[in-house]
Amino acid sequence: MANEILAEQISGEYKYGFVTDIEADNAPKGLNEDIIRFISKKKNEPEWMLEYRLKAFKYWQTLEEPHWAHVSYTKPNFQDIIYYSAPKPKVQLNSLDEVDPELLKTFEKLGISIEEQKRLSGVESRIAVDIVMDSVSVKTTFKETLSEKGIIFCSFGEAVQEHPELVKKYMGSVVPYTDNFYAALNSAVFTDGSFCYIPKGVRCPMELSTYFRINASGTGQFERTLIIADEDAYVSYLEGCTAPMRDENQLHAAVVEIVTHKNAEVKYSTVQNWYPGDKNGKGGIFNFVTKRGICLEDNSKISWTQVETGSAVTWKYPSVILKGDNSVGEFYSVAVTNNYQQADTGTKMMHLGKNTRSTIISKGISAGFSNNSYRGLVRIAKGASNARNFSQCDSLLLGDKCGAHTFPYIEIKDKSAIVEHEATTSKIGEDQLFYCKSRGIDNEKAIGLIVNGYCKEVLNKLPMEFAVEAQKLLAVSLEGSVG
Amino acid sequence: MLSIKNLHASIDGKEILRGINLEVKAGEIHAIMGPNGSGKSTLSSVLAGKEDYEITEGSVTFNGKDLLELSPEDRAREGVFLAFQYPVEIPGVSNINFLKTAINEIRAYKGQTPMEAKDFLAMVKEKQKLVELDGKLANRSVNEGFSGGEKKRNEIFQMAMLEPKLAILDETDSGLDIDALRIVAGGVNKLKSKDNATIVITHYQRLLDYIVPDVVHILYKGKIVKSGPKELALELEEKGYDFIKEEVGA
Ligand SMILES: Nc1ncnc2c1ncn2[C@@H]1O[C@H](COP(=O)(O)OP(=O)(O)OP(=O)(O)O)[C@@H](O)[C@H]1O
Ligand SMILES: [Mg+2]
Repeated sequence: MANEILAEQISGEYKYGFVTDIEADNAPKGLNEDIIRFISKKKNEPEWMLEYRLKAFKYWQTLEEPHWAHVSYTKPNFQDIIYYSAPKPKVQLNSLDEVDPELLKTFEKLGISIEEQKRLSGVESRIAVDIVMDSVSVKTTFKETLSEKGIIFCSFGEAVQEHPELVKKYMGSVVPYTDNFYAALNSAVFTDGSFCYIPKGVRCPMELSTYFRINASGTGQFERTLIIADEDAYVSYLEGCTAPMRDENQLHAAVVEIVTHKNAEVKYSTVQNWYPGDKNGKGGIFNFVTKRGICLEDNSKISWTQVETGSAVTWKYPSVILKGDNSVGEFYSVAVTNNYQQADTGTKMMHLGKNTRSTIISKGISAGFSNNSYRGLVRIAKGASNARNFSQCDSLLLGDKCGAHTFPYIEIKDKSAIVEHEATTSKIGEDQLFYCKSRGIDNEKAIGLIVNGYCKEVLNKLPMEFAVEAQKLLAVSLEGSVG
Repeated sequence: MLSIKNLHASIDGKEILRGINLEVKAGEIHAIMGPNGSGKSTLSSVLAGKEDYEITEGSVTFNGKDLLELSPEDRAREGVFLAFQYPVEIPGVSNINFLKTAINEIRAYKGQTPMEAKDFLAMVKEKQKLVELDGKLANRSVNEGFSGGEKKRNEIFQMAMLEPKLAILDETDSGLDIDALRIVAGGVNKLKSKDNATIVITHYQRLLDYIVPDVVHILYKGKIVKSGPKELALELEEKGYDFIKEEVGA
């Protein structure tokens, strides 16, 4: 359709490895109060925002980088990162004609044709896109169409300017800056991201999408996303990411917060395809992300679907706090690791309200020398009567040099809870491969078929456009991994 | 069409096929019978290209091509089809999607464009009818949770869809009830033409009442020790394998 976040004809090697030659407006390397003031000033932020950042920074300085995940990597040097890099010229633009042509070319390479999207206005399935390149949000499409319904979909920076009361009210309410090391860092230095507010009773008529791209070298990307669905509101939100190939590791430490009010529902889908490093494990993105939603009020629902194929090291646990009674949390995940990639991913479902339900379906696929861990926590608080959880964690191994690990944690404080956990580990069968081949299907296609079949439950949760791309991406990520 | 000469194959250093000779011409049906462990499935796996086996001697020519040189997928694309004795389950992959992929891969190999969706669906309908396969099965994941008999029937459905030149049916009759046996055999007969050939591996003469072979071969300890007209199967059923053992002096 209009939005092909992941370009149509992906093949072979990492295809998004190009660097766009755009003049960037950079902060000097390193991190201190002055840098934070610099960022805040660049973004023309109000005083309260700066204060929030400085508080977070102070707190961050008291923290140690955590090491409990089942991953090993060289600790990033936080003084060697550029915390602000904006493509020049400044891009608060009203029409696409004003956008740097180089930038537009980048989007074209990424398979996103904004032009086409504009033309497609009026077609039944449309997607509004916010593109965050390095540190700033470049262009949000369909803004007018959305605003007719009262939907706010804009860059985070813009929200700080235009809707400070909403930002103040909700930012940090789900992921406080004290939450963890990377959340604190993000709260101090975040540069941009997306903001979305769906007012009472509104079903967002199109998929909202944010596209993240790290471009400049030596930079980190620290975006923040905040999604609020007011009473009876609904939105389906998509997130895609790529980065150029570089020898060094680049840090991506995002924070995503979701709040649902009474009867509201948010579906958040991610196809994460950050540069994973080369075959020998050199380079690649460190993806240390805090994603959490809260079902603040009764009968609301938050559902995370993720397809994780990129990044050298991934460390993320999209979680749901089920505070409202009868609220529902879902986590559907496919995580693929190949070569020397490492992923430690899973979810936390925190049941506080009565009759709350959560479902966790995780499919880990490891190939090459990679390591793939599922880590999940299901917590049923006292008083969360009749809570239910069902978890299923399956691991598929391709080859015998890779690892799959499952770390399920269950804490039950209420006797009425029903918690079920199932886990399987299997190897891709030589018999299955031979069966496919004997029908004329070659090795790569066969692996693609088998792996996609294996992940079907999760892929089915993705919006159509994304599902097709995700399927291709899975096959490509595993190319050359067997046989 | 198929010419096997002095074929020797072993696995883990153990020789299983010990000098097979077999000529199959277009339009013919050959039956292979033989006691458990005599090497029938091994022969079919070797023909389909399973990599586990080491070919130590001999040759296989298929329509003028050196079959042993081809990858398993290319053999399939050239028109070799194996109906497995134990069909494999592929969870999450629908039969339809599986077959569409297979057909389009085979077409691509022949330089043809992918099949139109509506032609494909029409073909599915037609072939389903031919082998009286429940439409629900076609939409389910490949063999997942199928009963033994349903799996066998699905193999024949796949065969019907892929229209091979040479089909090897490895004990497709075992596990089928009487009605299913008749239906499957009927399917095979309807698909028979002067351009294709079938090798039927079976333990039971009963199947050969429905699929009438031109030649019956008896495989024993990795060799074809006796070949003859369809009456050979009857004789075998009557006397058991002992008479073969006596004849070959084993
Ligand atoms: N991987 C293996 N390792 C060792 N021996 C094997 C292996 N695979 C097959 N064999 C042996 O090869 C011989 C032939 O097996 P095969 O499956 O071809 O027999 P078959 O004629 O098809 O028997 P059945 O009638 O029971 O299906 C058997 O003795 C079997 O044990
Ligand atoms: Mg056998």
